[in-house]
Amino acid sequence: MAEVEETLKRIQTHKGVIGTIVVNAEGIPIRTTLDNSTTVQYAGLLHQLTMKARSTVRDLDPQNDLTFLRIRPKKHEIMVAPDKEYLLIVIQNPSE
Amino acid sequence: STSATNEEVHSEPCIHMITSLDEEDGTEMGEGDEWMQGKTLIKPLDQLDLTEAELKEEFTRILTANNPHAPQNIVRYSFKERSYKPISSVDQLAVHFVLEGNLLHQDSDEARRQRAKQEKATEGGGEERADSVESKAGKKEQKITNQFNFSERASQTLNNPLRERGCQTEPPPRANFSATANQWEIYDVYLEVLQKQEKNKEKAKAVPKKDDDKGKKKMMLVETQSDDITKVAKVAKIIERMVNQNTFDDIAQDFKYFEDASDEYREQEGTLLPLWKFQYDKAKRLSVTALCWNESYKDLFAVGLGSYDFTKQGRGMLVFYSLKNSTFPEYIYPTTSGILCLDIHKHLPYLVAVGFYDGCVAVYNLKEETLQPIYKSTAKSGKHTDPVWQVKWQKDDMDNNHNFFSVSSDGRVVSWTLVKNELVFTDIIKLSLAGAVSEGPEGVQLPIMACGTSFDFHKQIDYLFLVGTEEGKIHKCSKAYSSQFLETYNAHNMAVDAVKWNHFHTKVFISCSSDWTVKIWDHTIKTPMFTFDLNASVGDVAWSPYSSTVFAAVTTDGKVHTFDLSINKYEAICQQPVVAKKKTKLTHIEFNPVYPIIIVGDDRGYVTSLKLSPNLRKKPKEKKGQELPKGPEVEIAKMEKLLSLLREPENSNA
Repeated sequence: MAEVEETLKRIQTHKGVIGTIVVNAEGIPIRTTLDNSTTVQYAGLLHQLTMKARSTVRDLDPQNDLTFLRIRPKKHEIMVAPDKEYLLIVIQNPSE
Repeated sequence: STSATNEEVHSEPCIHMITSLDEEDGTEMGEGDEWMQGKTLIKPLDQLDLTEAELKEEFTRILTANNPHAPQNIVRYSFKERSYKPISSVDQLAVHFVLEGNLLHQDSDEARRQRAKQEKATEGGGEERADSVESKAGKKEQKITNQFNFSERASQTLNNPLRERGCQTEPPPRANFSATANQWEIYDVYLEVLQKQEKNKEKAKAVPKKDDDKGKKKMMLVETQSDDITKVAKVAKIIERMVNQNTFDDIAQDFKYFEDASDEYREQEGTLLPLWKFQYDKAKRLSVTALCWNESYKDLFAVGLGSYDFTKQGRGMLVFYSLKNSTFPEYIYPTTSGILCLDIHKHLPYLVAVGFYDGCVAVYNLKEETLQPIYKSTAKSGKHTDPVWQVKWQKDDMDNNHNFFSVSSDGRVVSWTLVKNELVFTDIIKLSLAGAVSEGPEGVQLPIMACGTSFDFHKQIDYLFLVGTEEGKIHKCSKAYSSQFLETYNAHNMAVDAVKWNHFHTKVFISCSSDWTVKIWDHTIKTPMFTFDLNASVGDVAWSPYSSTVFAAVTTDGKVHTFDLSINKYEAICQQPVVAKKKTKLTHIEFNPVYPIIIVGDDRGYVTSLKLSPNLRKKPKEKKGQELPKGPEVEIAKMEKLLSLLREPENSNA
């Protein structure tokens, strides 16, 4: 358990990382390093997008599954890694 | 009274008659009297005043049978004469009153009919129909019946009064359920069912292993009760790798795609492109003492950390890194004693054999959660008395037990077998000084033992292996012979740090030593084929997995020397310092089995990965018109060619 905490901490303190959010299966953020309104917004929108992406991947091949989703807007990069019950969102500024 | 009947209009009353009656009828007489007496004429006011004579006049009234009301002049129109004519006689009958009787003469028709009817009625009901018919017939003319003789009859039963009764139950509890039925959801469900079935089968089979299962079940329960965060572990790892990939994006791109174009301009030389640098905070003061790539997971490698400084011996660490995450190790195992060597099993990527400075050997199972090795040799179980310099996994023995070999400074080459929960050791060979070998076959073990510092097993010939010693000799040994060496080579002046067979050519091996030299041998010939002087103590040497003529060596001055014998037999085609500070000594080097990178460990605990430029990876040029031949054969041929070149002059000299 401590390992996971440490991993999350490392991610948070990694170079260029702006924020991390852990979202549960219902789209409710459990852990976050950003402010509330931003978190809620990110969580809600990305949750839906991930579900859709996952559904797409699995529809194409049921044996396949979504490992992660990267969205590269101009400003930051949003990385979403879905799990059976959770969703981990990390926002990073890659080009530093 | 008689006086009353007297209706003569004479006005003379008979008083004496009346008085006689007075005695009988008191009051009546009185009244009559009065009437009599009162018969004085009272004239109404409008009466005709007639004279007496007129009063005595007699009028005669005649009763005739003429109806005074009947008209006397009824006329009738006569068509004959076309005029009205008076009727001669007029009916003088005046009807005053008419009453119609309802009596019939008993003999009349009607009476008869009625009588008959009455008789029949009194006889009884009989058939009403007949009656009705009769009666109908009797009364009117006979009614015509239909051809079926049908007559409708209807009857109505009693309509029971209706009563409504209802009852209502409590509605069952409801829950809303919604889901999508995608192809993958169906697939998931099927998989689950499959897994359950398989589990049941396993449980049915593995009945004696109940304890294990229980233990596992307990583990499972504990996991589900613990904090939710643990479930994010896998995802967190992925994210960490992604984040790292982003940060070190350029390195990742280089690793994958960069080929040094300038190599075309350099004839023979190549370069090493530095990629990731791996370091672990807690390992800063330790030096890298062993490196090993994982055969199954090509991006995973193990780093053994310890210390070569014999005066400062402390703890050690076993650390696994993945190329995908250079900032933090995947697995960390702290150890009490410094590690000096390690080896990952070729087929079971989770088994790692480790040799320690204190002479112990241990086997770690990466799948286990614990940080302790699953096997560890102890003083009782035959651990070495001196540092273990090399361990190597072997093929499973006849009982399908895993086993590995270790060589140590105490002069023993020991085979360790993993039997259930124990580590069983077998001395394979005891290294003795060269002088003792030549003594007779009694196999007298001299007390003076040589110190083994490295060994390597032949790739194809299972029982053949080489051992390098601290005295600088290399012994070729066989597993079958425990006291004799097959061959001994006087290799170096100082301890042989590494000895390695060539991956392709079965006869060639390489050795390096702290006497600054690297030598290449053909094991059938006692003298080295090639000797290279590297101007510094050579820490490690490794053959490349893709070419039989390429190898690399690291020296304590921080340089990596890469040689390709097919290009240049005398010099390195690349000599490159890879560490920033010149004081750091490079201790180990390993080629990645698949990717064109090498990892280099130094004595400060860093591991640097470098990419080999194309010049260093040259494949033999195919002759025009020929297809590219298969790898190993070509490599062997290449080497053989080189060797034959060397041998010929030797033969000619000899």
